[in-house]
Amino acid sequence: MSHNKNEQRFSRRGFMKATSLAGGGLLIGFTFFESCKPGAEPALDLAELNYNDFNAFIKIADNGAVTIFSPNPEIGQGVKTSMPMIIAEELDVDWKDVHVVQAPLDSKNYTRQVAGGSQSIRHGWEPLRQTGATARQMLVNAAAARWGVDASECSSSRGVITNAKGETLTYGDVVNEAAGMEIPEDVKLKPVSEFHIIGQEIGNVDIDEIVTGKPLFGLDYKKEGMYYACVARPPAFGQTLDSFDDSEARAISGVKEVVRFGDKVAVLATDTWTAMKGKKALKLSWKSDTSLESTAEHHKILTGLLDGNSFETLRKDGDVKKAFSKADFVLERTYESPFLPHNCMEPMNFFAEVTPEKIHLVGPIQTPEGTANRIAEVLERDVADIHLEMTRQGGGFGRRLYGDFAIEAAEISNLTQKPVQVVFSREDDMADGIYRPAIKYRIAASVKDGAITGYHLKEASINSNMYGLIPNFFPAGALENYQVDVAKFDSKITTGAWRAPYTNFLAFAEQTFFDELAELMETDRIQLRLDLLDNVKGTTDDRIQYSPERMQKVIRTAVEKSGWGSAPDGVYQGFSAYYCHNSHVAEVAEVVMEGGQPVVKRVVCVVDCGIVVNPLGARNQVEGGVIDGIGHAMYGDFAFEDGAPENLNFDGYRLIRIKEIPRVETHFIKNTESPTGLGEPALPPAGAAVANAIKAATGKRLYNQPFIKELKDLQIPKKEIIG
Amino acid sequence: MPNYSIKVNGKSHSVEVSADTPLLWVLRDHLDLAGTKYGCGIALCGTCTVHVNGSPVRSCVMPIGQVGDGEIKTIEGLSEDGSHPLQKAWKTVDVPQCGYCQAGQIMSAAALLESNPNPSEAEIKEAMNGNICRCASYQRIHEAVALAARESQS
Ligand code: FES
Ligand code: FES
Repeated sequence: MSHNKNEQRFSRRGFMKATSLAGGGLLIGFTFFESCKPGAEPALDLAELNYNDFNAFIKIADNGAVTIFSPNPEIGQGVKTSMPMIIAEELDVDWKDVHVVQAPLDSKNYTRQVAGGSQSIRHGWEPLRQTGATARQMLVNAAAARWGVDASECSSSRGVITNAKGETLTYGDVVNEAAGMEIPEDVKLKPVSEFHIIGQEIGNVDIDEIVTGKPLFGLDYKKEGMYYACVARPPAFGQTLDSFDDSEARAISGVKEVVRFGDKVAVLATDTWTAMKGKKALKLSWKSDTSLESTAEHHKILTGLLDGNSFETLRKDGDVKKAFSKADFVLERTYESPFLPHNCMEPMNFFAEVTPEKIHLVGPIQTPEGTANRIAEVLERDVADIHLEMTRQGGGFGRRLYGDFAIEAAEISNLTQKPVQVVFSREDDMADGIYRPAIKYRIAASVKDGAITGYHLKEASINSNMYGLIPNFFPAGALENYQVDVAKFDSKITTGAWRAPYTNFLAFAEQTFFDELAELMETDRIQLRLDLLDNVKGTTDDRIQYSPERMQKVIRTAVEKSGWGSAPDGVYQGFSAYYCHNSHVAEVAEVVMEGGQPVVKRVVCVVDCGIVVNPLGARNQVEGGVIDGIGHAMYGDFAFEDGAPENLNFDGYRLIRIKEIPRVETHFIKNTESPTGLGEPALPPAGAAVANAIKAATGKRLYNQPFIKELKDLQIPKKEIIG
Repeated sequence: MPNYSIKVNGKSHSVEVSADTPLLWVLRDHLDLAGTKYGCGIALCGTCTVHVNGSPVRSCVMPIGQVGDGEIKTIEGLSEDGSHPLQKAWKTVDVPQCGYCQAGQIMSAAALLESNPNPSEAEIKEAMNGNICRCASYQRIHEAVALAARESQS
């Protein structure tokens, strides 16, 4: 069953405008993000639109060269390459003739930016194709008008238009006439079989700048007269600033100003190092009115929630209690995960220059519009005064959805009336996170006469619970008796989205649970999943968005590609399959024992994400997602004591390194379905595939993350980590 | 504040900074060479890797006072035009995701290939283990280093 939510209708009138360029050529403006939002209504009438209302442009010069100006926040997911590819496909030009340009800084044209988020390609698919196809049709119409023939007699291919007589004109030949054409309402999209850019291996459009070290990122931004600002924030969640003494900080040469704002103190200096030193030289005294939280306490609280009955029920089918009471046996397991920091490689930072006339903001942010609104609110200014520019972003993983660092920059600049760049040290970045919340799951399933009869999932989480779609993921719909209950504890520790929120750990719990259940039922672990999926076929429950057919296909393909069940002696396999972000993924991990420790050597990952726009970039996302998933499952540990994290840098907090990675083999299912999410879906199943392989290799079943805490032998000596 | 004269990518520069200022911040904030990145400040992530007299150095923990007349090479000086075999291999393999760590990765790899033009798989992993890639583009990093080594051999 497939729910195609992409096919929202929209009017080209609202989000597009064409005009001729002074120097020759055609410029088409369109609202890149507005058009990508599902069901977005164009906000304005064509008559009222001017170029400030558009945030992306296609420029076709009279020599035929195509430039696509993209305002897109690029956080490593590759959309700056793949989204223009979709436009170029329908425009029907050669990719080598396309030049993609990040919206120029300081341009007044980019005032309505909205970050695409992880669903960029899924939501952008249809509107981006329409944009390219509309431009193509205008060019064809212009050629037809010049020849005095009907446009339907003309065709285009790679920037050349041909009529019935075989005469040709290039896009460049007719571009000036096209600019005067009316914007056609009904354009035809290419059949998938004619794609010549989508599905090709296209390299990252910023690759030259990246490998030569050009300034691209937030921290690379500079402005004449700018100060660097390091901020002292309460070291523990729940603390406030009592008093401070800045005399030593001010005595450091290069420290220009020290300002308090709220419970924070900022040190402004002429370079980053001096600002960092100045911050360290502050004498700060903190106070707290309440008790400070710790991981040990959270552990008790979350366990109490799982044992208690303060749940909210998110989905309830049949009667699990009854099923459990009649069962031959019930398997119940509890799974634990810690908080996790995002640790974007580029620490949080932002530039702000607040003057009485305007507010200029520059930096890496996934939610520019919401952040600008909040800054306007905090500074009590008109949002129209704000001009916000996005840089390339050194990782996101969810952290840059939150604009706390940008608000700080604006507050400091407002107080000092100086241009400032707020820089988080790595320690700040880990101490002032918006973490993945610590979560516990308890799963129970009943078995009667060799069949699963009931499934009960309970979640106890810090601050917030799983979002509404998740209770309808597998195995919802496969079992008559099924229930999902959630409970939460309100903590002072800030939490938020982290790559594949909730599913990044839930998939581990669920897919290791099914592995264990299959063992207890003495049944084939793959067949068990396939049989459950059979039950979902033909469901009329429209809350169920995963497709049992597509899920079975990725499972069967993973079995085949990995050589499941026929691994050589000494190689142990683990299996996992998961659906999230509208994509279906199955993974097989292989583990060997080296020196008494399990080592992951190979992961086969099969993905159904519909049409793969750019296989080269898509494989990169999958390889990264799998390794990221394994790394955090193995090593990610982040405990709190007295309200503060115990580790604040890579000496105590371990991220996966090149020596620890398996070989990842990626396979995409070929089909013509609209593209779905890819930045996240490969991550959730990875931890379970590895845990199931470790079980096969060692006999030890893992219930908690990180695995190193349960398999102490995995701990490599510290000195090996130090590069 | 003391004045230091340092040689970066074949050019001499003089800067006025305190003696404890790490080379990283001199490059980034004073010389406008932003290709060298900050990631941890304690020599554990490798994003700040530069060469001093041909050896890889974590510039975040090298105070300017210790640089002396060492020849510093940064990503901006690795080649004139992005044509270093590693830069070419990085493009062929399409290594980067967010891209932030990649200058440091390339500089670590460049130092490896200088001293060991034909490294084994294990030697590549050993030399690159000090560089974190949070996006986990490790598989491609490995592939690109091996490719550059092969290309330079032939
Ligand atoms: S910033 Fe120097 S090693 Fe991390
Ligand atoms: S590419 Fe993002 S940290 Fe390496």
